[in-house]
Amino acid sequence: MPEIKTQDFTAASTAAILDPKLRRALDRVAEGFHVARLDRIEEVTQDVWDGWKDQAREIKVHTIENLDYYLELLDKNVTAAGGQLHFAKDADEANEIVAHIVRTRNIKIVTKSKSMVSEELGLNPVLEALGVEVWETDLGEYIIQLAEETPSHLVAPALHKSKEDVAALFTEKLGIPYDEDIYHMAATARTILRDKFMEADLGISGANFVVAETGTLVIITNEGNGRLCTSAPRVHIGITGMEKVIPSMQDLSAFLRLLPRSATGQRITSYVSMTTGPRRSDDEDGPEEFHLILVDNGRSKMLADPALREALYCIRCGACLNICPVYSRIGGHAYGWVYPGPIGAVVSPMLVGLPKAKELPQASSLCGACREVCPVNIDIPKMLLDLRKKTAESPDSSLRSAPEIERVLARLYAKLMSSPKLLKMGVKFGRFAQKLERMTPVFSPLTTDGKWIRNAHIPILSRWTKSRDLPTLPKQTFHELWEKELSPDDS
Amino acid sequence: MTANAKITADLFITCVVDQLYPDVGVSVVRVLRRLGVTVGFPTDQTCCGQPVYNTGYSQQARTLAKRVLEQFKDSEYVVVPSGSCAATIRVFYLEIFDDDTELLAEAKALAAKTYEFSEFLVNVLKVDDAADCGAGHEGTVTYHPSCHLLRELGVKSEPQKLLQSVPGLEQKELEGAEICCGFGGTFSVKFPHISEGMVTDKVANIQASGADTLVSCDMSCLMNIGGALNRQESAIKVRHLAQILDPESE
Repeated sequence: MPEIKTQDFTAASTAAILDPKLRRALDRVAEGFHVARLDRIEEVTQDVWDGWKDQAREIKVHTIENLDYYLELLDKNVTAAGGQLHFAKDADEANEIVAHIVRTRNIKIVTKSKSMVSEELGLNPVLEALGVEVWETDLGEYIIQLAEETPSHLVAPALHKSKEDVAALFTEKLGIPYDEDIYHMAATARTILRDKFMEADLGISGANFVVAETGTLVIITNEGNGRLCTSAPRVHIGITGMEKVIPSMQDLSAFLRLLPRSATGQRITSYVSMTTGPRRSDDEDGPEEFHLILVDNGRSKMLADPALREALYCIRCGACLNICPVYSRIGGHAYGWVYPGPIGAVVSPMLVGLPKAKELPQASSLCGACREVCPVNIDIPKMLLDLRKKTAESPDSSLRSAPEIERVLARLYAKLMSSPKLLKMGVKFGRFAQKLERMTPVFSPLTTDGKWIRNAHIPILSRWTKSRDLPTLPKQTFHELWEKELSPDDS
Repeated sequence: MTANAKITADLFITCVVDQLYPDVGVSVVRVLRRLGVTVGFPTDQTCCGQPVYNTGYSQQARTLAKRVLEQFKDSEYVVVPSGSCAATIRVFYLEIFDDDTELLAEAKALAAKTYEFSEFLVNVLKVDDAADCGAGHEGTVTYHPSCHLLRELGVKSEPQKLLQSVPGLEQKELEGAEICCGFGGTFSVKFPHISEGMVTDKVANIQASGADTLVSCDMSCLMNIGGALNRQESAIKVRHLAQILDPESE
């Protein structure tokens, strides 16, 4: 698996939020994908859209509840079509399956179409260590590979890079003159990759869906690179998560309506490619071998947990990233692992282990925008809350997300709020603390202007007053006002 | 309004209003009374438990939620001047007590009679003209739909409907209105840098709206936005919807 940096979330997000270039790039996504998505919903009407969502969710619920059945059916049909299905329990096993094929088939050059699961496995370094040339052929992935970076978005991996960044990168890595014309840059990549498509012995693709009743691998792309990867080389390996299986071709239509519209605001992508087995004897082209690797790598932990199971319904459209007010300020890399944004804050902790990624579920205001845009109605805020519960009070200290003081404060808060008498005393103490300033300005815990606390010199409050003022406690609480003047007994 | 004379509503005033914004509570009482409602206030109430629940401390949240169940057991209606505290009672209590049949039944009964302030006015009292509460407001106003009100309770049109009917009030459009202000309870102090980024954008949009007053149905969001506005020396005022509807509010 690639390096896990989820522990550094606070530092990484602090740096990211100060990067104006990143912010501009992220804003462009909001403008582009999000607005286009809304247009697509408007043209089919919200009611119809909601119906599509409900239908897709129903399919996902049914499939995940019967996953063992559909995986067996898929296995049977992949085999019947002349392909081979491999099941990998973790990243090492999946990488070894690919490595074995590479070694035994004398593979020299690999072309890859976009696959987040291969990112999750850290497959490229494994292939390179075998002495194989690996070429990412999705334009965004190609840029990221040249820059030796990782994707920062589920569907737009190089989103954090401006065209100027890419022009400079091409000059540096490809030795071509600086040219920031997007069409020229795309043409450069196309020329380089076109040769590789023809030379490659192995094509590796991801899968947006795999259809159990036919054993078909489905990928949707806009660049056509996917189809070249899956048809030109003599071996094709598809790699995806085991949750990507769907029962039937009819079910596929439900998702083909939702995925492009949710992801990029397109009615349909330029290419929808379906691959069933290797070439048949009367086919003119196509690979001699077809392998499908289904990866668990932590997914069965999600399956076993009723509170987190619905994270497996995710079709990786990225709509929750585009709408998220946190993601749209810090970008994908700050999340520290392959899957960013709201869904990443659920999936990453489950795949890399909660102790390492326990901060991610905390980094949300629980505004619910992600749930609203999700094409399969995944209740992400509820799962974030569940992970917070799992980390707040765990007997295992490696799971606890906050310093001990937070648990003490939570208990104190409940005590204070359980006793109106204690609360009254607390308020009096607060008012006294505000007065302290006038008596002993040097030792006062607060700097106020009478109406507002401008600066709190107390640990947690100071985090608030760094950028915002806080109202001072008024002379009377509502309780006191009620008793004095509002209660019907007095009127 | 005699039509509502038989309606009794108990206030769950929320700890934020109780401790920091008692004037909002006073306006809520005045507006309801002008509409003919008999207003009650169980005085043992404190907090709904949302701050601890959202931070993951379910046991502590449960302790506080049980108090609320107890205090409002006999209420006819419970009115809450906060979308997020009303959502805690209506939505999150059902999660908190989902392992206890008896308490879950109580939570469901409470949820069924609990309303956020604006939806109580529009959907229960059937107020379709803010002039019914004697409201009048000279000035320009923009409205921030708070996230829990909008997405947990699905209350979208009610506050707008009330604002639109306030004599003298001119509404201004707020760009990015449905984007979170960055409060998020303990989120605002756990990740102050992200929270600050969010409220900075919210404030910029409010300033660009040209309104002299920002209205919302949640004082915690307004504490966040108002605190940022004040830090920037902005003259824009923040008001709870009840204060706009209450002719006696300053």
